Amino acid sequence: MNEQSKIAALNADSEPVAFNAALAEPFNVLIVGVGGQGVIMVSKVLAALAQAHGFEVKQSEVHGMAKRGGAVFSHVRFGQRVWSPTIAKGEADVLIALEWAEGLRWLPHLKRDTGVFICDTKRIVPPFACLNRKLGAKMRYSTETAEQVSAYVSEAYAIDATRMAEELGNDRAANVVLLGALSTVLEFSLPEWEKTVTSFVPKKTIAVNTAAFELGRNWIVEAKTATPADDAAAKAAPVHAHYSARLEITDAWCKSCEICVKLCPERCLTLNADRIATMTAPEKCTGCRLCEWLCPDFAIRVHLDTEAAVMEAAR
Amino acid sequence: MHTPWQAATALKSDAKELRPLTGNEAIARAAWEAGVRVAAAYPGTPSTEILENLGTYPAEDLHAQWSTNEKVALDVAIGASFAGSRALCAMKHVGLNVAADALMSFAYIGVNGGLVLIVCDDPGIHSSQNEQDSRIYAQLATLPVLEPSDAQEAYEFTKLAFDISEEFDTPVIVRSTTRLSHTRSTVSVGLRCEVPPRVFLEKPSKNVMIPAHARARHLVVLEREAKLKEYFAASAISQWEAGDKSFGIVTAGTCYPYVREVLPNATVLKLGASWPLPEQLLRDFCASVERVFVVEELEPIIEKEIASLGIKVEGKRFFPRAGEFSPEVVRGGLVQAGILPAPPSLNAWVPEPVVRPPVLCAGCPHTSSFMAVRASGARVAGDIGCYTLAVLDPLRGIDTCVSMGSSIGNAVGMAKAGEPKPIVATIGDSTFLHAGIPALIDAVYNQADIAVMLLDNHITAMTGGQEHPGTGKTLRGDPAPQINYEALIRACGVQWVKTVDSYDLAATHQALREAIAYRGVAVLISNRPCVLDPIKIKGPPLEINASECTACQSCMNLGCPALTWSDEWFEGRHRIKIDPALCIGCTLCAQVCTIDCIKIASSPVTP
Repeated sequence: MNEQSKIAALNADSEPVAFNAALAEPFNVLIVGVGGQGVIMVSKVLAALAQAHGFEVKQSEVHGMAKRGGAVFSHVRFGQRVWSPTIAKGEADVLIALEWAEGLRWLPHLKRDTGVFICDTKRIVPPFACLNRKLGAKMRYSTETAEQVSAYVSEAYAIDATRMAEELGNDRAANVVLLGALSTVLEFSLPEWEKTVTSFVPKKTIAVNTAAFELGRNWIVEAKTATPADDAAAKAAPVHAHYSARLEITDAWCKSCEICVKLCPERCLTLNADRIATMTAPEKCTGCRLCEWLCPDFAIRVHLDTEAAVMEAAR
Repeated sequence: MHTPWQAATALKSDAKELRPLTGNEAIARAAWEAGVRVAAAYPGTPSTEILENLGTYPAEDLHAQWSTNEKVALDVAIGASFAGSRALCAMKHVGLNVAADALMSFAYIGVNGGLVLIVCDDPGIHSSQNEQDSRIYAQLATLPVLEPSDAQEAYEFTKLAFDISEEFDTPVIVRSTTRLSHTRSTVSVGLRCEVPPRVFLEKPSKNVMIPAHARARHLVVLEREAKLKEYFAASAISQWEAGDKSFGIVTAGTCYPYVREVLPNATVLKLGASWPLPEQLLRDFCASVERVFVVEELEPIIEKEIASLGIKVEGKRFFPRAGEFSPEVVRGGLVQAGILPAPPSLNAWVPEPVVRPPVLCAGCPHTSSFMAVRASGARVAGDIGCYTLAVLDPLRGIDTCVSMGSSIGNAVGMAKAGEPKPIVATIGDSTFLHAGIPALIDAVYNQADIAVMLLDNHITAMTGGQEHPGTGKTLRGDPAPQINYEALIRACGVQWVKTVDSYDLAATHQALREAIAYRGVAVLISNRPCVLDPIKIKGPPLEINASECTACQSCMNLGCPALTWSDEWFEGRHRIKIDPALCIGCTLCAQVCTIDCIKIASSPVTP
């Protein structure tokens, strides 16, 4: 396996989850991710496997909005008798996440003392996370660190499944890498797993998916004995000089075309009584320079002053 | 445990096979086995898969169709029933509002061939505009409603519903919920049972609802309800599960597994039908325990009925009237009621990762339509579909959204009320065909000054890509006549009609300005296929020249999921990068780029 793909193997010291042979209490697996990642496929494989093993299975998901990049989750419960189709908070035996932030979102559903957390380190950043024009703005993603997760969960694995699948030549096999990882913590036999997984993937992709499954399985086995590596995701963000924006408008050149007013994303310009472009909401201006670039008469100049320069001017 | 009453149905089949099915798949299977010959629906989450699945059964067995709306779908099913065939109609809860007119009269008429109406409620509002309780419609229409609790029961109750329908001369409602429709569990299925069609019943006093006939039929309906009460009291679908005498729980449908999860040994009365309610059975059950609780999602229908019998009952005091139930909710109510001890605090760490609401897809043609709408500065009446998502950042292009087809009527009202801004109604192709056409005719007739933007993406996209009369294909994928929107709209009396390519941002902006400037009703058709359905569109991805990008964030105004911040900065802001796996090459970002640094990627990325 590729050393680089190992982002972090957190406190991995416990044994595979052994089902009580009778499984009087249902076993709960929560599978989460983002629309299009293959969450439903993972849950279908697991449900089929458990059913073939003779358990009663309930698999519950909510779709509808899922195709549109929203969060997707699927509850799989199996045992001698399963009532509720959903897993209560704090009751999941295993949480499989195909995306980092989604894994964190569902963490409170995991059993505190015995729950196993297997999470792809893949980050899918929604457009909302980058909607900030302010100078020096930071991305709104998750700020939680691998250490916080490891302190919370009894057994946690952060696996770069997407990159491992990419290296096999098919990034869509990332969910099968995670199934391989899952296979080490559930007590179904390897032939059972392989038979079920191959029956759920397209014929043309059986070879790559079998390789992906083995990769995930071996990764966990090795991770259990390896020492945790650094969390690459926790890299420090660069520090940027603090700017403030100031507009210089040459009234004599403005011909009242209103292009800047109409196209300013923050709507901070208006035409004044003399129909000259004027800054009316300077606190909203982000200094994006759109007005400067779009003004056909070069009547607007945007100055980005560093804090030091502002202080200087004030003096 | 579901077997005792199976012998009661005429449709018992010995060939049994176990299959993992969702509630919706189980309903479709049961309908096919019950000999349904005609099935109709308009797509709506969570009911859509019922008809999609019926379309996979042999065409010689049954006709399955998408109708233009739920009322038409129900009328089609009613027609099939008149003609003597078993018929099924499926819809989501709010679809029943549209179909209610036909249902109320048909409740008086009764059936010839058995008719079952599947209504899928959406407690918790996973993908709807409200969470109304369809059981109230059953009360209003004086109709029986069956409530299955899992996929096996969805299968069995649907088959039973056809028997009840024909035996009691009544349409029967089977109520599902999102949780049941989309939960997969093992179902023991059988084979199709051919039910020979009955001959048309030539009986105007039953089939033609004029006042004189309706007065007589209403009495028949009330009598029918009384008989159904007796039937449900005796039927094995009402399960009395004895246990501890200190309290008993009355429940139905998807609440039952939650009750059993939390209280495996309690005394439970599980009602298979939540209307009409078996009075004597309820009295006997309530008398057998010291305290009675009703656990029902949404409205207190069973609770009020028990209370009206003069019995002390507790329910909504402990179990909420809003939202979806779960084992946690049921446990919480029982703790409050003093039945269960408070569980130990989980002391859970609650991470706060980024919120992830659904977004318009990369390359979605609605994106440019709403860029134009937002730039127009108009007051915008929105409608129901993927484009309702344009209400969110960064498009923020919609001011209102009420129900299917409301946008045009709302726009007329805004115009007549003197709203100072120009008024635009935005409506998708499928929604326009569903309920937009009468409103458009109304706008023309009443000479409203509005612009309508018809967002034609050639599919019913929100529910996962179903055909409709504008796509040229039937539910089974066979060729069908295709609506010509321009001709249709002109025939409604609209003088100003124009079609633009949604991917031409400048043309879309200009055309919308012209439509708004036109005095009267103007219709602009923004035309591009959905990028997901019927085929997933994937062109060569675009690439940003990182050394030129000035981080102006103009492209981020599109809200395209393929665009994110890169690790590079320019003047204190993140430069942008494009995810080649997500980008479909629509070029909208290139069209808004202020310095023209977005081009087609030099080397195509391997899939």
